[in-house]
Amino acid sequence: MPTQLPDAGQLCSELAAQMRLRVDVASTALVGIHTGGVWVAERLHALLGLQTAPGTIDVSFYRDDYGQRGLHANTRTSHIPFEIEGAHIIIVDDVLYTGRTIRAAMNELFDYGRPAKIELAVLVDRGGRELPIAADFCAHSMSLPASQMLELERVADGALTFRLTEK
Amino acid sequence: MKLHIRGGRLIDPASGTDKLADVFIAAGKIVGAGDTADGAPKGFKADTVLDATGCIVCPGLVDLSARLREPGFEYRATLESEMAAAAAGGVTRLACPPDTDPVLDEPGLVEMLTHRARLPGFAHVHPVGALTVQLAGEQLTEMAELAEAGCIAFGQANRAIVNTQVLLRAMQYAATFDFPIWLQAQDPFLVGKGVAHDGEVAARLGLAGIPDVAETIALATLLQLARETGVRLHLARISSAAGIEMITAARAAGIAVTCDVAVHYLHLCDYDIGFFNAHARLDPPLRAQRDRDALRAGLASGAINALCSDHTPVDDDGKQMPFGEAEIGATGLELLLPLTLKWAQEMQLPLPTALARITSDPARVLGIDAGRLAVGLPADICVFDPAAEFSVTRDNLKSQGKNTPFLGMALPGRVRYTLIDGYLAYDGSR
Amino acid sequence: MIALPNPQLNRHGELTHLLSIEGLSREMLLRILDTAAPFTEVAEREVKKVPLLRGKSVFNLFFENSTRTRTTFEIAAKRLSADVINLNINTSSANKGESLLDTTDNLAAMQADMFVVRHASSGAPHLIAQHLAATGQDHIHVINAGDGRHAHPTQGLLDMYTIRHYKRDFTQLTVAIVGDVLHSRVARSQIHALTTLGVPEVRVIAPKTLLPGGIERMGVRVFNSMHDGLRGVDVVMMLRLQNERMQGALLPSAQEYFKSYGLTQDKLALAKPDAIVMHPGPMNRGVEIESAVADGNQAVILPQVTFGIAVRMAVMAMLAGA
Repeated sequence: MPTQLPDAGQLCSELAAQMRLRVDVASTALVGIHTGGVWVAERLHALLGLQTAPGTIDVSFYRDDYGQRGLHANTRTSHIPFEIEGAHIIIVDDVLYTGRTIRAAMNELFDYGRPAKIELAVLVDRGGRELPIAADFCAHSMSLPASQMLELERVADGALTFRLTEK
Repeated sequence: MKLHIRGGRLIDPASGTDKLADVFIAAGKIVGAGDTADGAPKGFKADTVLDATGCIVCPGLVDLSARLREPGFEYRATLESEMAAAAAGGVTRLACPPDTDPVLDEPGLVEMLTHRARLPGFAHVHPVGALTVQLAGEQLTEMAELAEAGCIAFGQANRAIVNTQVLLRAMQYAATFDFPIWLQAQDPFLVGKGVAHDGEVAARLGLAGIPDVAETIALATLLQLARETGVRLHLARISSAAGIEMITAARAAGIAVTCDVAVHYLHLCDYDIGFFNAHARLDPPLRAQRDRDALRAGLASGAINALCSDHTPVDDDGKQMPFGEAEIGATGLELLLPLTLKWAQEMQLPLPTALARITSDPARVLGIDAGRLAVGLPADICVFDPAAEFSVTRDNLKSQGKNTPFLGMALPGRVRYTLIDGYLAYDGSR
Repeated sequence: MIALPNPQLNRHGELTHLLSIEGLSREMLLRILDTAAPFTEVAEREVKKVPLLRGKSVFNLFFENSTRTRTTFEIAAKRLSADVINLNINTSSANKGESLLDTTDNLAAMQADMFVVRHASSGAPHLIAQHLAATGQDHIHVINAGDGRHAHPTQGLLDMYTIRHYKRDFTQLTVAIVGDVLHSRVARSQIHALTTLGVPEVRVIAPKTLLPGGIERMGVRVFNSMHDGLRGVDVVMMLRLQNERMQGALLPSAQEYFKSYGLTQDKLALAKPDAIVMHPGPMNRGVEIESAVADGNQAVILPQVTFGIAVRMAVMAMLAGA
């Protein structure tokens, strides 16, 4: 029986609803993780009407599997257009799984400066955590076998959809 | 000791013989050739029969340039190891250059060398004496004394005589006694700090280049002075197409010169430097493809008289250096025959023609009656299997010099027996 | 006649050494440039480090003196969190007669992960890489920081990064390399990179004494005159002229060289109005380049230095991950 995938667009709206009461429109900053997290962060930024432009980070240089797998083929440039020092940051990603990506993202952010507070917002938590990391805002939980990859895609008109593939 | 070489194909380039025939040897000389019925002398009973079925029986190879590294360079090679290599390569006669340490410019040194080399199973050695003292290009050596001690010719190894007046006088003096002069045509100023042929490969690899003109300018000088003095000139290690053209033109104009080429230049060109392979660091440098092609054709036509190994053993330390700092040279005695056969196959040359270039033709350059098989002559014979392969590996090489650009290759032809004055110097049948 | 595998790639076809631009595909060159882009951003942060090479030891083996190049490699390695050890060999063991390979073996025994090698002989880094492979030490990566006249691949790469930054599309450019091409490893690397990346016209401008035989076969158009060679050019790449050239009867004097081959404002005016001027440094003002040009708004010489650190970080990160 094929797994039912949630509607990503709808999840964004639900996530925004959870976050609305807990953000300060003037100062809260989103940082999206390439690539899926960046799309979600852009959507949330618009839905929440935040003033600070979202930052984007590529965690390739902070991953813990560099020793085994080498440098990732498509590294992108991280871009933080605001001061990290003393900021309230919400890291945004599409899927939370082992927690290693979030660990890498936090390490990277701390190399920019010392934030006052970091929270985590994800569209989907699929379980399988390998580190003590939890989402503060999560639109959907589901369980998936380790052999499957859940990824966010963006189609031509900008709509976001989930895709499930076998490893 | 009576020997019977049985069942081989006898090729003697000098006489044009090419037929199935046995060879009979007694007291170090050839006493008969032909099939057993008419070939053997009356009452001949062999002590040893050498089976040459499927093999070619030809004159022992005559190598115009092989460095034995004695005296002076024993860490690179010794007489024993290099004579073993010569025998394994089918070489029964060789000329060695004067750049030993000390240089072969004193009769005593030459006598010591020829005396050391006079052992059963060792190839006949013809030292080339130094033309100038210490090869420094200034003072003439005592050529008459050196000739008496055994020098077959006089030369400078790879070094040039820069002072043209000295060069002229040296040629005049040698011509007085009809001593041949062997010189490598290379202008040291145009060579400069060059380490590779000045062409696209050197340009790409950032190696200082040695242009063609380093050879042709020197050739022009040598050829003109040869004409002036009438000296018997032999040009060693021609490397360029332009050089062959000049020599051919000089001959047409009546200047009597001979020349040789070394095996490496028939098969390799500057591309074979590859990724700075120090095995390809040679003097003269490996030139371009078109030069290699001209050398191959020139040797086939006889424009180039003879082929030699230019055997130069180098120890490993000398080659494990960046290309420009590496020691020059490659091992060659055991590769002379296989590389000649490979060239002959690729050029589709008849075997007798190819074998002439390493037997009767070099003997003619040496000016001695050798490199041929005939009743009454010393039994200097090479028996080889043309269908077998010689695998070029460090273990298979008997020379102490294991460095050659052909390492790892399988080349055609394996020597089975080498006889020197009727003595079995090498037995590869086991 | 003798077949050879590419010494820069490992069994899986990944880049394991950077020895020369020659032998690298267009895709590989672009990948290095693309990887360098995110590293430029690291320099703008408070903590200018990423942890990729943490715990790794990078040994700078400089057999030829060069404070500039060594410093940029050191900065790049440290920004990757590597430990850096600097060795100026010309003042130590090599003078005592230790061979290049013995030095290499000694340093490998000190748990080195990467050698950055500069040497006066063309082919020295190749020799080291081959030796490491032959002795089962192929976990150590070699970066060629300049060997004799042969190659300076990281310089070639950072020059390409610079050109891409200002000009975007390689396939529409005319590029001129000016100066002592004969002795220049930088020029050779630049020529290979430009032709591989599809630059349709690569020119070299120099007197005949400073051009190697067979240079056209590298895919360049040869000019002996600046007036002809600079016409309509998009990128002018200047090379340094070393003083020794006057001794070797290659050139009469620096003044005469400047007159014919020095880049002045009016010579630069022959190129396109938006042409950029590059120089690998250090510059000989008044010999190959006029101060007005070096300090002018078409010169991108200082950005080259910044890009150089990012490119070297990218190369080290790619090699160490292979």
